[in-house]
Amino acid sequence: MKKTELKTLNKNLIKSPTGIQGFDEITGGGLPKGRPTLVCGGAGCGKTLFGMEFLVRGAIQFNEPGVFMSFEETNEELTKNVASLGFDLEDLIKHKKIALDHVYIERSEIEETGEYDLEGLFIRLNYAIDSIGAKRVVLDTIESLFAGLPNQLILRAELRRLFRWLKDKGVTSIITGERGEETLTRQGLEEYVSDCVIMLDHRVTEQTSTRRLRVVKYRGSMHGTNEYPFLIDENGFSVLPVTSLGLEHIVSNERISSGITELDKMLEGKGYFRGSTVLVSGTAGVGKTSVAAHFAEAACKRGERVLFFCFEESPNQLMRNLRSIGIKLEPWMRKGLLQFQATRPTLYGLEMHLAVTHKAVNAFKPDIVILDPINTFVIGDKENEVKTMLMRIVDFLKAKQITALFTSLTSGESALENSDVGISSLIDTWLLLRDIELNGERNRGMYVLKSRGMANSNQIREFILTDHGVELRDVYVGASGVLTGSARVAQEALENAEVLTRKQDIERKKRELERKRKVLEAQIASLYADFESEESEAIKMIGTEQNMTKRLEQDKIEMAASRKSAIENSPTSKLKK
Amino acid sequence: MKPKKENSDKRIKKREPVKTSNDKWVLRLYVAGQSPKALTAFANLKKICEEQLEGKYSIEVIDLLINPQLGNEDQILALPTLVRKLPVPVRKIIGDLSDTERVLVGLDLLPVS
Repeated sequence: MKKTELKTLNKNLIKSPTGIQGFDEITGGGLPKGRPTLVCGGAGCGKTLFGMEFLVRGAIQFNEPGVFMSFEETNEELTKNVASLGFDLEDLIKHKKIALDHVYIERSEIEETGEYDLEGLFIRLNYAIDSIGAKRVVLDTIESLFAGLPNQLILRAELRRLFRWLKDKGVTSIITGERGEETLTRQGLEEYVSDCVIMLDHRVTEQTSTRRLRVVKYRGSMHGTNEYPFLIDENGFSVLPVTSLGLEHIVSNERISSGITELDKMLEGKGYFRGSTVLVSGTAGVGKTSVAAHFAEAACKRGERVLFFCFEESPNQLMRNLRSIGIKLEPWMRKGLLQFQATRPTLYGLEMHLAVTHKAVNAFKPDIVILDPINTFVIGDKENEVKTMLMRIVDFLKAKQITALFTSLTSGESALENSDVGISSLIDTWLLLRDIELNGERNRGMYVLKSRGMANSNQIREFILTDHGVELRDVYVGASGVLTGSARVAQEALENAEVLTRKQDIERKKRELERKRKVLEAQIASLYADFESEESEAIKMIGTEQNMTKRLEQDKIEMAASRKSAIENSPTSKLKK
Repeated sequence: MKPKKENSDKRIKKREPVKTSNDKWVLRLYVAGQSPKALTAFANLKKICEEQLEGKYSIEVIDLLINPQLGNEDQILALPTLVRKLPVPVRKIIGDLSDTERVLVGLDLLPVS
């Protein structure tokens, strides 16, 4: 976006793209076309390479042949030197894309005898340019002339004429110059070349060196004014316009699993957001790398590409250690889904790390990037710089929709929430691993400190490393605090016992009840039996009573009959009948 | 090989022949066109040679405007340049050769005093 903005602004000035990664972005299109540019810097800062890459890329990518006039290295040396960067100069020379001209000047061989000019140099350069139709010229390092030719007055006048001549010739040229003490170049070349000045720098701080590039001036054009880190590797030069990034990332609603089911559950059951930045922080040995490895494995299983930067362990050691918790990463590495980048943080400066990260990410095109751990950077550099670097990495990865997982070691003394590098504000999801010391044990606990954009669990879970990976268990929070490890097991046992007791209680009560019921039923049965016996007795008695009553009546009748003597139907007579 | 000459008088005109007397002096003068400097240089050279190396030298004038590619061989930057091809070692003298003393030093015809 920035690039196009710059481009429209620079409509008036035609630019010649260098093809150097990142450089065209900070200059809004490259070097001023048809004008000379001064590239200055100390020894070994990459001036020659910058010039050479400008020519080679021009020849290959933009079909602009170029002349390299070297005042220091011979053609053979040059060819060999840049072959290590993947440039086949011989081939380009054969196809008349590049012309090399080594200008050799030896003070002791030369005697000055009066008036002269440098027309010879002009003719040579002109001849070289015309022989291949060159559009680009590099003069490296023209200041050597000052050592070879004693008459500075003539030389300066001639250099002025040379740069004018180059402009008239319409070639885009680079003139390199050694850095001077007070001035940009030792011989004050900036006096003559004033359209564009680029400074290369090679600085060593805390024993690590960083290369930086700065556009000191660019007449008639906007340009980035910062110092940009750059690096030289097997693919040549690359400049990192990292500070030009804005906060305009596209966001994704897609969720991806953390590789740990229980952890996913803590994050709404879905896991992290794609493209978010996850920080796993904690004290030493709490299993940060294991969390990272789970994430990596899960991603590989989904068929995504993972780039794993390890700054403390070698890939082999890492994989061996992870095997012990049942995470096997080798197959994914063989499949090419997983790539390790193992370097010591002290190997090079922060900017270089950033550059390496950029390059690796651009080359591998991962879906997920893991940095393990990030705070090792702090050793050599200031916290502030580390933060800036991480911010750049985060921005860069976010812009590419890459999910990043960082681990960070928290030192024992500082507060757990204080991540050493102070990057918490950059983090979307922050998992905190902490060790919980209790009852002479050291156990691991994990909780989600923050997770932007989701209703995360507030629970502390016990974090256990088993031979089949990480497991999260509920921890007990009681009056005595959080219980973990054997204390948790004891608590569990206690609770289990309680449950058992309660169960037995209920059983017993049930049996009691049953028994009571039986007793009751038995009582009822016996009462009933009593009642029945009483009833039958009563019935019997009633029968007897009735018989008695009948007999009494009978007797009465018989008595009456006997008294009247003529009563036929007296009961006694009947009885007698 | 420096020819040792004990010349008490610096303004000595006629010199003894160089020790490797059979050797021919091969001189090459690079110029760019018929510029005033080129003409001066050629005239000066001619004069010096006639005085010092009579009959033992050959001068080849190369105009780089006509043959620009010839300049590379002798690493020509400044013009005019006089190159002593023979006797070896190769010596280069730049300028219009107006300083005779320095030309002679440059050609090893005169030891540095």
